[in-house]
This record gives sequence, C-alpha cells and structure tokens, in this order.
Amino acid sequence: MSSKKGQKRSFEDALRRLEVIVESLEQGNASLDDAVALYEEGIQLSKECAEKLKATELRIKRLSKNVAGQFEVRESEEE
Amino acid sequence: MPEEQKVLSVSEITRQIKFSLERRFPRVWIQGEISNFKRHTSGHLYFTLKDEGAQISAVMWRSRAESLLFAVEDGMKVIARGAITVYPPRGNYQIDADQLTPVGIGELQLAFERLKQKLAAEGLFNPEHKKPIPEYPERIGIITSETGAALQDIRSVLARRFPSLEVILLPVRVQGAGAAEEIAQAIEEMDAYGRVDVLIVGRGGGSLEDLWAFNEEVVARAIFASRIPIISAVGHEIDFSIADFVADMRAPTPSAAAELVVRDRLELLEVIKNYCYTMYGSLREEIASRRERVQSLVASYSFNRPKDLVRESAQRVDELERNLTTRFSHHLQLIHERQRTLQHRLEALSPRAVLRRGYALVRKHGVLVVSARRLRAGDEASIQFHDGEVLTKVQK
Repeated sequence: MSSKKGQKRSFEDALRRLEVIVESLEQGNASLDDAVALYEEGIQLSKECAEKLKATELRIKRLSKNVAGQFEVRESEEE
Repeated sequence: MPEEQKVLSVSEITRQIKFSLERRFPRVWIQGEISNFKRHTSGHLYFTLKDEGAQISAVMWRSRAESLLFAVEDGMKVIARGAITVYPPRGNYQIDADQLTPVGIGELQLAFERLKQKLAAEGLFNPEHKKPIPEYPERIGIITSETGAALQDIRSVLARRFPSLEVILLPVRVQGAGAAEEIAQAIEEMDAYGRVDVLIVGRGGGSLEDLWAFNEEVVARAIFASRIPIISAVGHEIDFSIADFVADMRAPTPSAAAELVVRDRLELLEVIKNYCYTMYGSLREEIASRRERVQSLVASYSFNRPKDLVRESAQRVDELERNLTTRFSHHLQLIHERQRTLQHRLEALSPRAVLRRGYALVRKHGVLVVSARRLRAGDEASIQFHDGEVLTKVQK
C-alpha cells in the first residue's frame, strides 16, 4: 500500500518536484539548512515514486452510461 | 399469324422492344472501358462503356453517383451493374447503372486514397493539431473490442511496465457494419467523460476489410475533435489507417501503443536511484565545504567569535554527515531491494522460469497445444524444456 501522501500527489508531480530538488542541490546555492531540508524532501519523494512503481495488479475498469445518461466506471467483470 | 402483315407505329414497336428488353435484362453486370464521360450539372453521370467490338450507352443517376467512392474518368476499366432500359424519344437502349466497381484497383483502396486526400486538404493531419502525449499518464482510456487480442496485448504490456495505472475501457465492435459509428461515439463519450490522460484507440491486425472502420470519416473526425490526446493502434506495422494520420501519435500495434504510453518502471527506478545519488553527493560536498570553512575560521588569527559556537557548528556538520550517510545507505538499500523484487517477479512471469520448475510446452507444427484433445495417436509433437526441445510421437 502506498502512503496517503503518495496517493494524493500524482507520480508525475512527485517526479517533477524531485527533479527540481536534485537540480537545486546540484547548484549548491542553498544554505546548509535549506539543503538538508531539500534533501529530506527529495528522499521522501523518491520513496513515494518507488512506492508507486511497486503495484503488481493492473486495474481495468469499464466506462458506461447509466439510464440517467451519467458516466459510471465499474470494475471489469472478468477481473 | 406469321404471314399476316401488321403495320406498327414507331411508338408501338419501341414499346414492345422496351418491354421485352427490360424484362429480359433487369440486372446485368457489364465490364468495359469508360469513354465520353460527362457529369451533368444535375449530378447524373453519362458515359459509354466499350470494348474492342461494341459499345453501350450508360447512365448513373445522381442518387447512385453520390455514393461512389472513387472519381470516374475516361479510360477507366469498370464493371457496371444495372438494368437495360430503352429510351423511346431517342430510340436507344442503355444501361441504367446502380453500381460501378473499378477493375484492377480495389474499391476500398480508392476510397482510402480519396478520404485521405480530402482530410489532408482540410488540414486534419497537420502537425500543429497534434496534442502532446503526457509523459506519465495515470489514467489511460482504451477503445477497442473487449474480446480482441488488442486488449490482451495492451493489458500485458501495461501490467509489466507500469501497473499502478488506472485503465478505463470502453468496449466497442471494431469491425462489421456500424463499427465505425460505434468507435466514433466511444471517442466522443471518453472525451465527454474527460477523466483520462490519454486514449488508445485500435484493434489487432487483419485484412483491409477488417480494419476498415478505422478508415472511415466518422472515426477520423471524432479523433480530430477529441480534446484528449489519442494514440492510434491499428493492426500490423505496415498498414496505415486514416485514423493513424489524424491521431496525435501512431503506434504500429496495440502492444507498441502500450509501450509508448508508459515508461518502463525498472528504467524509472534507475532514474530515481541516480537522483538519490546526486542529491547525496551534492549534500556531502556542501557539508565538506562548510567544514573547510569552519576549520579555516578556527585557524585564522582574525577569529573573534566565541569558540563554543564554532565547535558547535563543527559538531553539527559532523553529525549531519554521519546521519546522512547511514540514512542514505538505508534508503538506497530499500530502492535496490525494490528493483530486485521487481526483477524476480517479472522473471517468474516469463515462461522460461516456469519451465525451470519442471513444466514443459507441447507444440504441434509449431502451434502450442493446450489440450490433450488436440493430439491424436501418431501425431508428431515437440516438447520444450527449459534447456532444450525434443521431438516425440503420440502413442495413444
């Protein structure tokens, strides 16, 4: 199970933020405290991303319209 | 009454000829070359069909002419289907064609070229209309047949590469009458639903007729109108469909579409790992440079701040570094482990690993045999083990 935090943020957002952090750490302009904070955040993000890659089951859902003409997404029956 | 001479009027004989000819030839197929082709302003087509020895006038009414999939030209060899009719005011007979089929080039091929030219002229294939495909989609829409090979192919690739995805399927028929309309409608519905990042539309390979729905104008227009980026995935690599030209990206097969749409997670883990190394390296460097500065401060004569403060900060730097190192190696171990488990799990899924556990694959004429009923006494079959193959004959 991925963490609550990881579920809210999309993989892409997490990875992009991670890229920004890596870049600013590489440039080395931040104060030591900021650098440490960035590093902590970066490690957390990398965990989140790795966590997202862990899933083994692909979920396939089916899109349909109900009688009222609203969209419904249901688990595929053959799953 | 053979000897009886009966005088007929022109109208009367014409009426009789008309009656007997039209009754005798209500539907004929005539092959010939088109000449004297004219399209009347009314939309009706007039032309002559001829071969080396004869010619016959032909007409095709507007209502029929409009459904022609190709442009009629002089010199074209065609088969015309229709009824022989007589036109009394001119005293001639003609074929009233309700269908024209070009000979030599397939009609579908012609229809394909015609639609392609038309849509190209309208700018539907222009690169400025291509929407970018998101790099890390989380929700993927699929429009294909629920029972087709395409869905299975896409599913297995996605499951291997990046299963933490949500896949939203909208099942449609992908061939036969009405398939094109169904596909077009499904694209519109996905677009209205809106909650997918990218859409794969396609089917497995087949004949030109099988793939035809993807060459229909309704599908092309629906793809063009979609706000969701669309990857077309129709058939085998060599066939291009109209859908391929309009789509934001074209994949040669459904599996390839799945490969294009998500990055491989092992690759991504590698990228993430490298990021971790870079962050760690940068921070260590940072700490090292601070230490140098602190040390040079301590050494400097102009030093005039309380010594405790400097010691404190030197200590803090050391502590930070120790912390960093232990926690980093712990973190790396975690990621390494994840990579290893993944790799093992993927290997376990491959048939070779299964074979290594003592299972074997049986094939007859190269085709996998999945049931004992498929083999009869005397059949030759090959058995594949993890380390090789043997040929056997079924005894009973």
